[in-house]
Amino acid sequence: MHEPVTFHFDVDGENFSSAGEASVIIKKKLRQLGFSPDIIRRVSIAMYEGEINMVIHANGGAADVTVMDEYIEIVLSDKGPGIPDVELAMREGFSTARENIRALGFGAGMGLPNMKKYTDYMKIDTEVGVGTKITMRVNTTG
Amino acid sequence: MKNYQHSVSLDVAKCKGCTTCLRRCPTEAIRIRDGHAVIHSERCIDCGECIRQCSYKAKKATHDGLDKLNNFRYRIALPAPALYGQFDNMDNIGYIIAGLHAMGFDKVYEVARAAEMVSAYTRMYLRRKDIKKPVISSACPVITRMISMNFPFLCDNIIPLLPPIEVAADLARKEAMAEHPELASEDIGVFFISPCPAKVSYVKNGFAGEKNNVDHVLSVRDVYFVLIEKMKQIEEPAESTEAGMIGIGWASCGGEASAVFNEHYLAADGIENCIRVLEQIDNENIPTLDYVELNACSGGCVGGVMTVANPYIAQARLQSLKRYLPVSPNSPVKDEIPESAFAEGMVQYNPYNLLSDDRMEAMRMMADIENICTELPGLDCGSCGAPTCMAFAEDIVKGETNADECVVNMRMLFHDFLEKRRNGNSGDAVPLEKWMRMRKDTENAEGKTDGGNV
Repeated sequence: MHEPVTFHFDVDGENFSSAGEASVIIKKKLRQLGFSPDIIRRVSIAMYEGEINMVIHANGGAADVTVMDEYIEIVLSDKGPGIPDVELAMREGFSTARENIRALGFGAGMGLPNMKKYTDYMKIDTEVGVGTKITMRVNTTG
Repeated sequence: MKNYQHSVSLDVAKCKGCTTCLRRCPTEAIRIRDGHAVIHSERCIDCGECIRQCSYKAKKATHDGLDKLNNFRYRIALPAPALYGQFDNMDNIGYIIAGLHAMGFDKVYEVARAAEMVSAYTRMYLRRKDIKKPVISSACPVITRMISMNFPFLCDNIIPLLPPIEVAADLARKEAMAEHPELASEDIGVFFISPCPAKVSYVKNGFAGEKNNVDHVLSVRDVYFVLIEKMKQIEEPAESTEAGMIGIGWASCGGEASAVFNEHYLAADGIENCIRVLEQIDNENIPTLDYVELNACSGGCVGGVMTVANPYIAQARLQSLKRYLPVSPNSPVKDEIPESAFAEGMVQYNPYNLLSDDRMEAMRMMADIENICTELPGLDCGSCGAPTCMAFAEDIVKGETNADECVVNMRMLFHDFLEKRRNGNSGDAVPLEKWMRMRKDTENAEGKTDGGNV
């Protein structure tokens, strides 16, 4: 067992063109740590989708990535509107993104399903009007 | 990958150690050490950005000289289509071909012809159902190297066909051998006239690690000055181009992609833009795309650092040059492209910048890097010799430099020191140098206990 390494990112809600920057940095960090391409890709896609979600729905938030012995944990937390019906939100193609955001190619309703698909564990803590915290893990052993 | 030979070199005498190239290098391959730039070979992708940016002309593209023509009995020129856009008031590519003959080339094989064959093959390839999309062009060696280092999942998106230069070299050599049975293979010299240093590296290192058919790479610039004199003496050229609109279109961004005759394509130019596109493809955040053309140079190949003309002016000239040419006179079916030009799995993932082979050690180093970074000013000024504060922190942890190189932090320490003296602590005031040494000693002692504190 050794000390986990943590990375913290503030995800700027104002700026669409910079959305996804944190996942690019994480990709580089995980490469430097020598993780396999498959693990890097899964973490980076899950994180990218999460970042985009926070920009679209919650005016930004924070992303914390912790590299531990057995898994990489991604925690995305925001003070956005919360998700009223998590089960519905998890459905592929379901989206509450506004038309102007869809016009940018986002909001296809694949964000949460992709996050689930690419990670080994995902937990959503959300409260309407308070915010959302999503915890995801990608196993690095076995 | 260790022995990869680059084609960007530095004239140490001219380099002032300024930070221009340092900060523009897309792979953070440059450091300033001992007052001049140093290129980290394993990170360099030969994009030529540092050559383009250098204020003191200290960065050079290495390529072969025209004297190499003397080494062969029979010389073949492979002009890149970008060469055609270099000349003002020239309305017939025949002048270039005749001029190349006058320069001493026995045969001219236009790379634009091979480009049309590659386009024709690409159109067929895109119709296959068993391929990974979007298909990425193999033409720009900077891009393929970038992918091999950073994008493991995109390696097999690259079309398994070598770039037009390789197809042209192979076909030209075979033609020459057939026309001149008296020649041995070593009598024939194949010279690519290149707009960029990346093609020089490509030839030096081979593409799929195999020896290729080009013997030497000349720069468009070197050829230009000799060629223009020869062209002036030509009244009416007997030769004319055998390429068409598509082949010549490959010289600028979008030409190659539009030749797939399919609206689902993307063409990007400029290395930073290309990297961003690759990141988005990697994250699956792209519209439905069949084909992706990426050019490391702005404007496409006409933007190469070994050219003479402004890339956009060259592009404008090419537009009028190709206007009345046939669309694609060289569009054979697959079997006319030499078998050797097909290479499945030619781009392999080659990660770089690994902190350590041992994960534990890498984690420890990463934690140190993050810690050190919080102590740095975050100005990314480059004065320490690293492109960013983060890169500087990495260098410190790797033992390549030390924290005192940060001029901003040093200035604050110096300020502190002066402050202390002024406030009458001068009783125990020590000379600055000694004070710094003392500080360093305390820091080192602290560092030992600080190690695991994340």
